[in-house]
Amino acid sequence: MTLDFSRNLDYFWALLPEIVLSVWAMVVLVAGVSGRHRPGQRTDSEGDPDFGQGATLGWLALAGILVAGFFNGWLYGVTEVGHTSMIAVDHFRLFANWIFLLAGALAILISFSYVYRQRLQVGEFYGLILLAITGMMFMAAARDLIVIFLGLEVMSISVYALTAFNRRDRKSGEAGLKYFLLGAFSTGFLLYGIALVYGATGSTNVVAIGASVANGTARTGLLTVGIALLTIGFAFKVSAVPFHMWTPDVYEGAPAPVTAFMSAAVKAAAFVAFLRVFLVGFDAATTYDIWYPIMWWLAAITMVVANLIALVQSNVKRMLAYSSIAHAGYLLVALTAANATAAAGMLFYLLVYTLMNIGAFAVVIAVSHQSEERLQIEDYAGFGWSNPLLGVLLTIFLLSLAGFPGTGGFMGKIYLLQGAADSGLWVLSVILVLSTMVSYWYYLRVAWFMWMREPVSEGQHDLVTAPLPMRLALVASVALILYMGIFPSSALGFAQASVHGLGSLGGGLLGLRP
Amino acid sequence: MVDILFYIFAAVAIGSALGVVMSRNPVGSLLFMVATLASLAGIFVLLEAHFLAAVQVIVYAGAIMVLFLFVIMLLNLGHDYQKDLKWGAFSVLSFIVVGTLAGFLARALGAGSTGDVMSSAGGRSIDAAVSEFGAVGAIARPLFTTYVVPFEITGILLLVAIVGALVLAKRNV
Repeated sequence: MTLDFSRNLDYFWALLPEIVLSVWAMVVLVAGVSGRHRPGQRTDSEGDPDFGQGATLGWLALAGILVAGFFNGWLYGVTEVGHTSMIAVDHFRLFANWIFLLAGALAILISFSYVYRQRLQVGEFYGLILLAITGMMFMAAARDLIVIFLGLEVMSISVYALTAFNRRDRKSGEAGLKYFLLGAFSTGFLLYGIALVYGATGSTNVVAIGASVANGTARTGLLTVGIALLTIGFAFKVSAVPFHMWTPDVYEGAPAPVTAFMSAAVKAAAFVAFLRVFLVGFDAATTYDIWYPIMWWLAAITMVVANLIALVQSNVKRMLAYSSIAHAGYLLVALTAANATAAAGMLFYLLVYTLMNIGAFAVVIAVSHQSEERLQIEDYAGFGWSNPLLGVLLTIFLLSLAGFPGTGGFMGKIYLLQGAADSGLWVLSVILVLSTMVSYWYYLRVAWFMWMREPVSEGQHDLVTAPLPMRLALVASVALILYMGIFPSSALGFAQASVHGLGSLGGGLLGLRP
Repeated sequence: MVDILFYIFAAVAIGSALGVVMSRNPVGSLLFMVATLASLAGIFVLLEAHFLAAVQVIVYAGAIMVLFLFVIMLLNLGHDYQKDLKWGAFSVLSFIVVGTLAGFLARALGAGSTGDVMSSAGGRSIDAAVSEFGAVGAIARPLFTTYVVPFEITGILLLVAIVGALVLAKRNV
């Protein structure tokens, strides 16, 4: 099927996964509202294996993700005319959609028991997760700054609400408010940047911006300020270092499944849009010279500062928050490198990162009794010997986050380094390797507590449970991580093929810098 | 005449924008903000964007600001917050940052390109659209043709905002 966007109807086909998912989210919302007042709903027997009504809605939401995934696969058979329309139909977008859908599915699987124990409003919880994924998919599909902005807002507002979702927990509300205020502030930067770039180039279409920049009709002064403001806006969303202040508090305060979801998926969505705007819109040599030093310093500072602060964290959720900032730094190296290898490496890394981060959070949720207690590192003492299976899984996730050979995280870092080497970013590569070594300390400290320390009290880990949906998520992530660590070529080939479509648009993706 | 009016509106806009952040009373801030938005509407009129000016007055200075006023008065803040309003290093820093940004923009816009904004490609296409469809049509037509996808996404955005607000504000959980 070939789409020609001069007919407006063809946007319907191009956006089918997004439309299906948003309609499905509304169905989940309505189902959640209509089922709530059934008598005998809140019996709250602690050992209820079905998680009440929540399970039905959870499986319903998962079915929606599957259907959206089906249509996402269907889009592989669709081509577009012109490659300049507002909505991109290329493999880059579809690969990114797989990441978002996977993150959403894993997040829903690990939240069944949590949502039940915390008595959250299930319909709205799963509905907002689906709507957030819809927003991310719009961001990945967008070839127009307006669509990117709207997708970003759909995603962000859902996530603000999800962060403050647990109204019995003061920390959750505080985190939501903090995230909302700072997020709205950063959105202002992004929007101002978009306006200035429009003023400089006369278009909000990324391809048209690229053309205007390449043939020299863009006004350099306005463009410079616009690029700087866009960078600030995106750097807030990916939580790169001078703009990371909100991250630890928000990640610590938000409900744990939401933290897992947003640390992986929101970051992936922001990076995907970041990549498309900067490598298609601003890829000409003149603009690359503008943003290359900004990105270089952002990446360097992010890697160094985040890893150093993570060393002294004693709260595991907070430690994972700083670790996610550090991973944003590694991914910024790929953006700085700005070549096809690095872009493919970034997609591969985002996929692996989604799996290992949500996996690690799943075990954290299990250890904290599906609530917000027992998050200190001492609570993990002796955990490995009392729950060997969960202990081994968490160890694998942590090793993968650290980048241990044999795991997907290692291969991801190798590809990021390869991309950096292709562009000759030797200093950044060295910083990446050194900060990775530093990160081994805080990841392995958790593992050390799990396996080498005696439990603080007898029966400390007796209440740790991982219900069936969570076990599904854990097994799926660990299998994929190990598979991608040992046989990385298939996933990497897939990522490279996905980036190929992107490169043909900009043209200048390779060899900008000797 | 237009120039004089522009400088008056610009001065009021900047002065009351400063008033928004420096006023110690939230209602005062709000009224300053109304003044800022109203003088921006005046600048829009000078740029011959009459429809935008009307929308600015009706939606921003009218509806949204009245809502703000209601919320602030309903919240009944008291005077406890006033001891938190201090001039710290950060307020000075933010003034410096905003000033630098404004300087950059002034230089970028002023560098040998003054006056050609209206005669640029974008300005000419806007003129053509306005003369063909009228001021409202020039905005409405693209909204439902070229930009129909962003328009629909805005619908989802509003849905998300409503759901989020209801979830967080509803009384009985």
